[in-house]
Amino acid sequence: MKHLRFGYLTGPVLGVLWTFVLAVTVAVAMSFATGEAFRPSLIWSVIFGIPTGLALVWRGTALIAAGVLVGVYVVALTLGVGPVLTGNASTLARIVAALFMGIGIGWPLKVFVEELSMGALTRHEFEDAVIRTLKGFGYIFFTAIVVIPFYVMVMTSLKNQAQLMQNPLDFSIDLTQGWGLFRSYVELMTEFNFGTYMWTSFYISVLTVLITLLFAIPGAYAVARLRFRGQAAFSRSILLIYMVPMIVLALPIYIAFSMMGLRNSIVGIVMIYPVTTIPVALYMLQGYFRGLPSEVEEAGLMDGLSRLQVIWKITLPLSLPALASVSLYVFMIAWNEFLLAFMLLDDPSKFTLTRGIASLNSSEIPRQHLMAGSVIATVPIMALFLGLEKFMTKGLTAGSVKG
Amino acid sequence: MSDIGPPRGTGPLARTEARLAWGLLTPTLLAVSLVVILPLLAVFWISVKPVSLADLRAPETVVREDLRGRPAAAGDEATLRYRLRNSSPTSAITGVTLTDTWPAGLSLNGALDPRCTLSETTLSCDLGDWEGGYRETLNIPVVTEQAWFDAGRDVDADPVEVDGKASFVLTNNQFTLQNFVSVFDGGEFWSVLGVTLFYTIFGTLGAMIMGLFASMLLNHSFKGQGILRGLYLFPYVAPVIAVAFAWILLFDPFSGSANALLVQMGVTDQAINFFGERPLALIMVTLFEIWRYFPLSFLFILARMQSIPTDMYEAADMDGASPFQQFWYLSLPQLLGILSVLFLLRFIWTFNKFDDIFLLTGGNAGTRVLTVNVYEQAFAVSNIGAGAAVAVVIFGCLLAFSVFFFKFMSKEEGL
Repeated sequence: MKHLRFGYLTGPVLGVLWTFVLAVTVAVAMSFATGEAFRPSLIWSVIFGIPTGLALVWRGTALIAAGVLVGVYVVALTLGVGPVLTGNASTLARIVAALFMGIGIGWPLKVFVEELSMGALTRHEFEDAVIRTLKGFGYIFFTAIVVIPFYVMVMTSLKNQAQLMQNPLDFSIDLTQGWGLFRSYVELMTEFNFGTYMWTSFYISVLTVLITLLFAIPGAYAVARLRFRGQAAFSRSILLIYMVPMIVLALPIYIAFSMMGLRNSIVGIVMIYPVTTIPVALYMLQGYFRGLPSEVEEAGLMDGLSRLQVIWKITLPLSLPALASVSLYVFMIAWNEFLLAFMLLDDPSKFTLTRGIASLNSSEIPRQHLMAGSVIATVPIMALFLGLEKFMTKGLTAGSVKG
Repeated sequence: MSDIGPPRGTGPLARTEARLAWGLLTPTLLAVSLVVILPLLAVFWISVKPVSLADLRAPETVVREDLRGRPAAAGDEATLRYRLRNSSPTSAITGVTLTDTWPAGLSLNGALDPRCTLSETTLSCDLGDWEGGYRETLNIPVVTEQAWFDAGRDVDADPVEVDGKASFVLTNNQFTLQNFVSVFDGGEFWSVLGVTLFYTIFGTLGAMIMGLFASMLLNHSFKGQGILRGLYLFPYVAPVIAVAFAWILLFDPFSGSANALLVQMGVTDQAINFFGERPLALIMVTLFEIWRYFPLSFLFILARMQSIPTDMYEAADMDGASPFQQFWYLSLPQLLGILSVLFLLRFIWTFNKFDDIFLLTGGNAGTRVLTVNVYEQAFAVSNIGAGAAVAVVIFGCLLAFSVFFFKFMSKEEGL
């Protein structure tokens, strides 16, 4: 590492790395957006990256660097050379790619190497520059891996089988068809009963939340506040319960439900779902209850309230945020639940959304329907989550939750 | 003098409190024991039972009664026919008896089956023991009388009663160790265990390392931090079935975008079957696991990182520690607690994971883990007993893990 700690070495190395990262990013993004052939080239990244890195260490501002590089890449892409190679892409696509390359390399790279000088560097300066480059890479990498599957999901649902087979990379959508774009969604709603499935999933989830809270609130309060023999053992065994794998329980539950005729019934599902969430909810809530000042409750007790009144009038109003995050989390578990619904429901009129999507997974049903179903299941939970993100993150970390 | 001192034992107040506590906990305890403890015991019970999917319905006697020969007038001959069978193809029914009201207006014409007797108005037969899948037709020759046509009834107006003792495989005292033998038989079990351990260890470590990187990215506040944090949680929040199918489409060997991209970029010249080839499929499901659960590790680590006091870093800066040194000698030791707890929790949950692999590959192409094996044995091979035996093995492994886990938990409070 010591030999690298000179501005005239660090700069070009970071320049090459960042140029290549950007080349890959732009090539992937442009391919996904237009379906045309873009590909990154390592050799050209080295050729372009070294002078870029050197120049930016030497002098210049982010704005100038971006401007100059945009010009360079417009020329390079039209000539068909450079870190991003393209076959027969349209001029517009080339210009857009050049813009992304220029700004994407010039601006961040200048920020990364800002404190570097041409000569020897201190360890601090060197590592700072390296870390900033790595972070830049991290933002691109994580965003890409999260976004690409969802992007593919949404775009596939808007296309048709023939278009997909022809060029699997072409995700551009034909806006001229207007509402025809949402054909698969309309078909799912009208022919495949997805409206009913959504409603079923929704009310099963809401019922699960209500029943879970009904059981978990008194239980959590008892574990958190009341002294009784076996309290410590109890709070530990809650954790033990969520160590038990669902598939192990699903087997006897399947047998019992088959024998009692509860298979294929919503009642059976509503009976099972809350029990899988009660331990989690109880654990999350008892953590929160412990954090509440007990003096408030004691004051209530002194003023003549009974314990149950204290829970109802003091503890619950104080723990509304925790209740919200627990509800949200339980709702998410119930909405996303797949295994039990898959095993216990066979009758298409009683499917939940996840079971409905599983039934779309056959070779006779086109793939855009499968993806449209996935989008239908994903969007509500995402919307709910983004809207209440604060509660969600807090709730998730509060109770060391199950996944 | 002896009664001076603090009160000992439990006073009335403490007793009331304990009673209230148990009262509040009872519903939860009942529900959990009904759906967790009872099924667990059931799994142990089933695992030593020779039971397959078809045995789940108790064997029953099935009987149909009809009158053959189309008698048209009094004095016509006909045959009263009972068609009998055992509903189960495998289990026996012992001591089967048939009782029926003799239809008015019919009289016996010839010899009665030796096993049957006819009293005034009832026909009773002792049919002995039935093997699994047993079928029999009982023919009784009769002559019709005028009364038969006057009554205008059919023979199956009165229900036939057939009784027998069926031994239901789930409740009888027939036990076997065959399930465990078939689980451990052959090399399959060990390869399944190996796959499970690979998936669990690399899935857990990968998700934690990714989570650590992601939380370092978001550990300082900047514009758009909230949006990025929300975005990075998407894989965890979305329904598993939706993202699993999205991955399958993305990596499809024929029309997947990933293959098209790789071919176009010149990385490979021929499509790769990501979820169908032997070592690759396992790596892919492990990557999926990492992708789906890094957000969880990320959340926990970020929460812990933000609670590390900044003055430590300022002091380190003053002392000339470089950023890497600060990470290695300051952040990492501070995070060690949460990392070890996360590792243990995630390890157990990844070990228990079923949906992901089931949806991605169905356990094919060398990705069959123990949990998928439970499903395969119980429903694909329809040998419920063997499935339960695998479940018992899983439970044994988990018990071993939890002993380990609780040793750590007692050290690491706060989670």
